Amino acid sequence: MATVSLKKLTKRYGNIGIVHGIDLDIADREFIALVGPSGCGKSTTLRMIAGLEEISAGSIEIGGRIVNDLPPRSRNISMVFQSYALYPHMTVRENLGFSLKIAGAAKEEMDRRVAEASAILGLDTLLDRRPSQLSGGQRQRVAMGRAIVRDPDVFLFDEPLSNLDAKLRTQMRTEIKKLHAKVQSTVIYVTHDQVEAMTLADRIVIMRDGHIEQVGTPDEVFRRPATRFVAGFIGSPPMNLHEATVDDGQLVFASGEKLPLPAQFKTNVATGDRVVFGLRPDDIYPTGHGISSGGVADVHQIELPITVTEPLGNETLVFVEFNGTDWVSRMLNPRPLRPGEPVFMSLDLSQAHLFAAETGKTLRS
Amino acid sequence: MDENSSARLKRRLLGIVHRIGLFLAMLTICLPGLWIVLSSLRPTVEIMAKPPVWIPQEISFDAYVSMFSGIGKGGIPVIEYFRNSLIISVTSTIIAVAIGMAGGYAFARYRFRGKSSVFLGLMLTRTVPGIALSLPLFFLYVRLGIIDTHFGLILAYVALNVPFTIWLIDGFFRQVPKDLAEAAQIDGCTRWQAFWQVEFPLAGPGIASAAIFAFLTCWNEFALASQLTRSVSAKTLPVGLLDYTAEFTIDWRGMCALAVVMIIPALTLTYIVQKHLVGGLTSGAVKG
Repeated sequence: MATVSLKKLTKRYGNIGIVHGIDLDIADREFIALVGPSGCGKSTTLRMIAGLEEISAGSIEIGGRIVNDLPPRSRNISMVFQSYALYPHMTVRENLGFSLKIAGAAKEEMDRRVAEASAILGLDTLLDRRPSQLSGGQRQRVAMGRAIVRDPDVFLFDEPLSNLDAKLRTQMRTEIKKLHAKVQSTVIYVTHDQVEAMTLADRIVIMRDGHIEQVGTPDEVFRRPATRFVAGFIGSPPMNLHEATVDDGQLVFASGEKLPLPAQFKTNVATGDRVVFGLRPDDIYPTGHGISSGGVADVHQIELPITVTEPLGNETLVFVEFNGTDWVSRMLNPRPLRPGEPVFMSLDLSQAHLFAAETGKTLRS
Repeated sequence: MDENSSARLKRRLLGIVHRIGLFLAMLTICLPGLWIVLSSLRPTVEIMAKPPVWIPQEISFDAYVSMFSGIGKGGIPVIEYFRNSLIISVTSTIIAVAIGMAGGYAFARYRFRGKSSVFLGLMLTRTVPGIALSLPLFFLYVRLGIIDTHFGLILAYVALNVPFTIWLIDGFFRQVPKDLAEAAQIDGCTRWQAFWQVEFPLAGPGIASAAIFAFLTCWNEFALASQLTRSVSAKTLPVGLLDYTAEFTIDWRGMCALAVVMIIPALTLTYIVQKHLVGGLTSGAVKG
């Protein structure tokens, strides 16, 4: 097990920068998720850590040892690929034991470790099959087994669940979480799915255009997003974000509609400031159908017309028109609503976010 | 007759027509081979008969016996020709496949300057007919003193086959997912080990087919070999066929017998290797 430290890590292809000098310290046994949209540099970062991609500048330390120029085999890492990358000409047993065979391990040692890994992942009955005879979920498990057998310092996962269907993905997510609890190793997990990142990781690194936008626990990135991008990226359905101008303790939107300036930002903005106002769907709900934030709520009531409703059983997503666009709100204990019907919405402004319109940075102190 | 039974009848009739068509096609393909075998077993009179005699009246192995009877007794140095053919074909195939593997791998896996031009250049060499090269090669080889040698012919055949093996093997390496070699490197392999342990076995069928094609090209090649070899020590089997032509006569039976002797090793090799040519080995390597 080991710490991982990235210092000013940079990747360029010719003149095109992919990763722009990122810094990140990962603690021993920590589960870190790198998350971001396609092309944000998260996979490239992972591949640089693995040694599959040369670094253009900066340094990578694994367990306090600089590994910048070491080949992948000398970094004591293992990696689960998005495509699984199982060796098709080998059986599951051979796939699992391949790294030990290359390392020249004794037969008994090999059998023991393969048996251990297959027991953890429930692969015992599949050991003599070839990858082509396995289902997607089984292949995924073999890929993880192959990683476990190596007993590495760091596990790297490159979007391991994106080829699975929704149900299997949820199941494998739980298995990965259990696995981490069992093997207690440092994990770096790349995904574009924020739900995976939120559910699995101790800390989430949100990347965008080769930069790190925010590093924090799932709770931190959800409750205190550092930038407008993070606010919009984390959370499903996404946060409602709208530009407004501060005017004498009020937020004035483009349509002329107004909301009171949330109390927590009063000292941080001045009249004339251009800001982006953000409110999660959980914090805007038809009055009487939300979660009380417990006494400290700064609830503002406003009557808005409904455009669309999406019933999900235990809750309904209600789209209401505000500032000329749809705002999504989450209605608990739903009652039937008709489009066009005006309803009183409660906006819990104590949970609101404000970002500077120009820089996108949070205005929270 | 209801719709279903007429549809069934139509399907059956189509099936029969299909089979007859396939049989005729196979017959057309196989007939020359069969004719050669038959001609090697019957007297010249029957071979030259007009209209052709389809069913042989008498069968004899005389042509095969006399082929091996030695010079002066109607024989030709078939053992020497066979040995020359084998040495030249096997050596040039091994070299062409080795170069083809290195080149094919490079084209499939690496980015480098002028890649497409080099590849196109290699393919363009295939457009030059071998016979057009024979005279320049003859003069060149005379100057270099490698005319009528195994080495000379091996060199020519390697040059002839390399563009083709590179092209074929490149295609097969492209089919092997890059992830596999990377996974092998993470599993502790060097680049070299990853190639031999993972990529080579998976591209194996492609490499085998490249080898067969290269071997058959060398084994059957006549135009260059007839110009670049003169003596028994270097002549290959196809050139040896000419030994059956005299100033005024051609021993068709003997020639056909030698042709059969030539075909047998090529056919055997193809038969042995064909089961390794089965593709689809990579299925299940990546996603599902």
